[in-house]
Parts: sequence; structure tokens; C-alpha cells
Amino acid sequence: MSAAVWRLGGSVGRLGGAVGFPLLVLAATFVVTTPFILMAGVDPLAAYAEFLVKPLTTRFGLLEVLTSAIPLLFTGAAVALAFRAGYWNIGAEGQLLLGAAAAAGVGMAVGGLPPVVAIPLVVLAGAVAGLLWALVPALLRVRLGIDEVVTTLLLNPVALLLVEGLLNGPWRDPVTQFPESQPIAASAEFPLLMERSRLHLGFAIALALIALTWYVVARTPTGLRLRAVGLSPQGARFAGIPVARVLLGAALVSGAMAGIGGASEVAGIQDRLTGGISSGAGYTGIVVATLGGLSMPGVVLVALLLGDLSVGASSAGRALGIPSQVGDVVQASVLLVTVALLAMRRYGIGPWRARGGPAAGIEAAAAISPAAAVADLTDSTAGDDSTAGDGTPDGDDTPDGDDTPAGDDTPAGDGTPTGDDTPDRDEPRR
Amino acid sequence: MTFLVDLLAATLRSATPLVYGTVGETYAERSGVLNLGIEGTMYAGAFFGFAVALTTGSNEAGLLAAIGVGLLAGALMGLLTVTLGTNQHVAGIGLTLGLIGVSEYVNRLYFGSAEGLKRIEPWPLLEPLGPGSVLSQYALTYVAFLLLVPIAWWVLMRTSFGLAVRAVGENPEAADAAGISVARTRYAALMIGGALMAVGGAFFTLAALGSFTLDIIAGRGWVCIALVIFGRWGIGRATLGALLFAAIFSLQLRLRILPGWDIVPFELLLALPYLAVIAALAISGRNVAYPGAYLKPYRRS
Repeated sequence: MSAAVWRLGGSVGRLGGAVGFPLLVLAATFVVTTPFILMAGVDPLAAYAEFLVKPLTTRFGLLEVLTSAIPLLFTGAAVALAFRAGYWNIGAEGQLLLGAAAAAGVGMAVGGLPPVVAIPLVVLAGAVAGLLWALVPALLRVRLGIDEVVTTLLLNPVALLLVEGLLNGPWRDPVTQFPESQPIAASAEFPLLMERSRLHLGFAIALALIALTWYVVARTPTGLRLRAVGLSPQGARFAGIPVARVLLGAALVSGAMAGIGGASEVAGIQDRLTGGISSGAGYTGIVVATLGGLSMPGVVLVALLLGDLSVGASSAGRALGIPSQVGDVVQASVLLVTVALLAMRRYGIGPWRARGGPAAGIEAAAAISPAAAVADLTDSTAGDDSTAGDGTPDGDDTPDGDDTPAGDDTPAGDGTPTGDDTPDRDEPRR
Repeated sequence: MTFLVDLLAATLRSATPLVYGTVGETYAERSGVLNLGIEGTMYAGAFFGFAVALTTGSNEAGLLAAIGVGLLAGALMGLLTVTLGTNQHVAGIGLTLGLIGVSEYVNRLYFGSAEGLKRIEPWPLLEPLGPGSVLSQYALTYVAFLLLVPIAWWVLMRTSFGLAVRAVGENPEAADAAGISVARTRYAALMIGGALMAVGGAFFTLAALGSFTLDIIAGRGWVCIALVIFGRWGIGRATLGALLFAAIFSLQLRLRILPGWDIVPFELLLALPYLAVIAALAISGRNVAYPGAYLKPYRRS
């Protein structure tokens, strides 16, 4: 499906749209996850208070929330950018791992350099490694039409093996013999942003990167081309946009961002490379990007929310004796519940059933599609998007000016695909 | 000679879960749904199969539990992508994250104590020719190659149900016009597929290993997705792909213990099969014809 599909409803990350929607998501998630919490013999209400509220009540908790959101900010933005262009980068996990490995390698070697040189080098190493890891699937996609979903996914276990290979082999800590690298040089470590916390420079880098990405995507011709390709590669090609180059660019920048995320975990938290450096942040990035409606402000909001959840889940582990993996269960539930409710709202199912007339949903994409090339995977639904919004009966899909570069990403648009975003109108102007 | 026999036997053994997963994914995709929930479904099959076998003392009960979990996972995928028409990539990844999360949560809750690794008595090898022959395999391996592959092929290509699956995956409007229920057919394909994936996962815990470890599937679900494309949505070719992957996997396991090979890090060898699949896709996966309605939800207009 084209990237536009994500933007279809006021998702959690969007302030606009019905305020009730996030509450509905929360309530439904609560219902879905209650059986699991009861399995542990824990009061679900107490558990949720612990997950969501408790971390926000102390200074330490708040700063931990920000800290654990850092990798999610990087991977969420990376995934959102790629998905926005209709490039299915599901390999942020591998790109982050490679970035972490390269950052550790450089970090161990820059002992003699002052921080102003060492830190940028570490960040650069992460970016380049993530970019290179994203390069192969991207080239296979744009040159040979090989589905990037599969290749990016398959490279994730390979990246983990590579990290483990380094840690069990040349980089194994000679003193402890643990499968961990030696610490990076002190001058390469990210400074803390606040005393008595773990909040480090990575947070500022992530926010700066996200602001920059937001600006480029929403306000520049490059961003317009990227969004056009995401909405309809065919339309974009027709309008003279070099689709392959745009896809390649989005894929590589996405990989680089995830790679910096890895560097940030190494230089900001662990001070070394460890096998568990990622803890699944690459996959969680997909959750962040999706719930954030593929918008950069949405990514920030959702990353903070999931950071809150992860801090809460591990403190609930200690306070209530519930396994901290409950955080993963809740997180996946939020994702599935959100996409399900969005679809129900979009197609007028359940609480959104039309009062008059049948729920006009998607006209299932034009009967027969020329589904020959992989490019079509993203093409074929573009037709959908332009028609789908029209039928939602709840009237929240008024044209919101979402297609003007300025209006994009503003909370005003609730993102329902109103059909006014079709590239036919966008590109000829450029 | 023993090296070759050993290699062949190991190839059949490690191809087994891939055959279940690949056939399951082929059914889902032929009906028009990309099921990225496969990794999680295999994981949950491995875990819940093991958990039930451990608590009941019966591996058969474990297998049934895995099948049940697989059916449920397939139905959930159906609810999300068929009934609600959500994006299939996101639904699948979400399902995978959810199933892995639930498995690890329950594992921690019931078996997570410090008493060390829980074990069950795994199914024994069947040895019709005595020990050490190519035919020394688990029952699930026999089932995979002698029953599942031919039957799955026959059902998909020669029965009216199989025709319905292919029709709703290729051109749901026409299938609908011909009186086939698109939704029901896709649910059926997803649930059958889910059950097969879960059995593939359960093979690890109930037959090959006898224990459950974290990251037990290690991306094999993603390998299956690649094999389906490599097999161009055909059962036979996908099975060949599974054998190819398994052969490389088994070969690298054996290379490791040969003299002279110990200088190569074993992680590099472990990564080899994944890289081989990507290479195979690059060579043979160009411009393949995806099922016509791949990734497209269907709703009557």
C-alpha cells in the first residue's frame, strides 16, 4: 500500500482529529491486554498506572523516559521517512546494529582526539555504516525490482551475527572475556545533557535530525518529490520525477538515521558494543512510525509514549512482579488496535457505521492490476487512496490542505486520505 | 561417504520447518495476503507447543496446541487484513511483534525461574534403515515431504478450494462475481497457512531440540517469505528453495568442525545461508509475477 494509507486517520501521533480517538485506542488496548496482566495475578489498573503514569511522576523517571525514547526517535524517523517514500525499509534493526558496531570501532580508535573531533567521527561512522547496510537492498530494489521487504528483513539476522562475530572474535574484551567490546575512548562518549541522569547528547541529535527531516519533507521540493513517489510512483514517473533516485535517497538516509541511532546507544549509554545493544529498537521503529502517522511530530510523540511504556514496564516488573516483557505485549497491542480502529473508522465499521447508506469504503483497487513488477506493490493502491476518504461517513475528511507543502505535518490535517494529495496536482507545479 | 549421508540427512532435517512455513506462506500469498506474521507465528508455535508438551507430558498435545495457536494467528491476520483491510505489512509486523512478545511474556511468567532450562523428551528419530542413514528423520520431516508437499500442491492446483484461493488472490472481483466468498476463502488460506507455520516452529521444540530458547526461529520466517518469492508461489519450487537453504545451512555447520576452517568465524558461516537466499532472489527474483491482488484488501463496491 502506498504510504498515504498511513496518514489516514488522526493517529495517536496527531493532535488533530477527534480527541477521543487516542482514548479509544487506550481503552481498547487495555481490554485486549487485560487477560495477560491477569495471568500474572496483577490488577490491570494498577499495572497501567505503573506503565504509563508512574514514570512521569519523578524527575528520574521522566529523564529515563526521554533516554529510552532516544533509539526510538532515530529508528522511528528512519522508518517514517522511508515509508513516506513508499520504500519498505524493515531493516532498521540491522542498520542500527551496523551503526553501533562501526561507532564502537571508531570510538575505540580515537583515544587521542578531543571530543569535538571524536564525537562527530563516531556519529559519522554510525551514519555511514547504516547507510551502507541499507545500500544493498536499495540497489536490488531500484535496479532489479527485488522486493526490499524481504531483503531488508533478511539482513537483520545477518547484522546480529556480524555483531556477535565481532564480540566473540576480535573485539572480545580481553580482560573480562565477556562478549563485549572494550570501552570506547572517553573523549568519544556523548556528554550528558542533565546531571544525575542518563539523558545524553543523542537526544539532542535525534531532535535536530527530526526537525531537519520534517523541514525537508514538508517544505522543500525534494520533500515534495519524496511524498509524490510515496503516493504513486507511476504518477511521479509520469511527472518526470526520477523515482529510482528518490527511492534510493530515502532508503540511504533512512539507513543512516538508524545507524546514528546505533552510534548513539554505544556512545551515550553502553560506552561499548554489546550483543543486546539494540533491544529491538529497529522493529519498534516501525511501530513508532506507523502510530506517528509517518509524520515527524508524530514520531516524537509516539517515541516518548513508548519510552514511557518501556520505563514503566520495567519498573512494573520490580514493583508488581510482572515480567517486563509485558511492555512488548502492550506495545504490539497498541499498534494492532490502532490500525484496526483506523480501518474501522475509515471504512465505517463498528462504532463508525454509517447512519445513512452503506459504508462506502475502498473500491477495491481497480479490477485487474498490472502487478508484474515490484514497483506495483506500492503503485497499485494509489488508486485506492484517492477514492477512499470520500466515503467515510463521519465527515472528518474534509479537505485539509494536506497537499500544500506548508500544510503538511501540521496537526490540522487529520490525515484522512482525502484524495487531494494525488501527485497529479502536485508535481506539474514543480 | 558418511559426510555426504550426514549432510543429506541434516539438509532434510533443517529444511523441515522451512517447508511447513513456506507452504503456509504460499497459501496466504496465493490468496492475496502477505503474512509477515510468519516469524511470530513460528515463534509462538515453537513456544506454545513446547509449553503444552511440558505441562501435559504429551508432545502430541503440544503439536495440537501449536496448530491451535497457528489457526488463531491466521484468523487474527484475517481479521486485520481481510475484514478490516489494514495495511498488510504493518498488520504482519505487528502480529509478529505481538506473538513474540506474548510467547516471551508467558515463558517468563511460568518457566522463567532460575532453575535453568526446562526440557521435554523430544520425539525420536524414525530409523527404518537403522541409525545413521539419510532416512533417519523425525516423523514431522516424513510428513512434510511425503504428505504435506504433494497434498498442498494437489489442493492448491487441483481442487475447487485451491482454485478459489488462487482466484481470490488473482482477481477477487471476478471470483466474487463467480460466487466465491473472497473473505471466507482468504480466512481459510490464512488459517491453514498459520497452522502450518506454527507446526514448522513446533518442529524445533518438539522434535529437533526438546527445549525452548529465546530467538529460536532466528529469522527463518523471513527466509520463508523469500523462498515463496524464489519459488514463484509454487509449492514445488519453494520446497526446492527450502532444500537449498537447508543444504547451505547444514554444510556450514559441518565445515566449522573441519580442520582449517576454524579460522573462519562461525557467525560468518551462519550468515551464509541468509546471504545465499538474498543472492538467489537477486538472480531469480527479478520481475516475478506477484499474485494479482497481492497486498490489496477487497471490498465490494
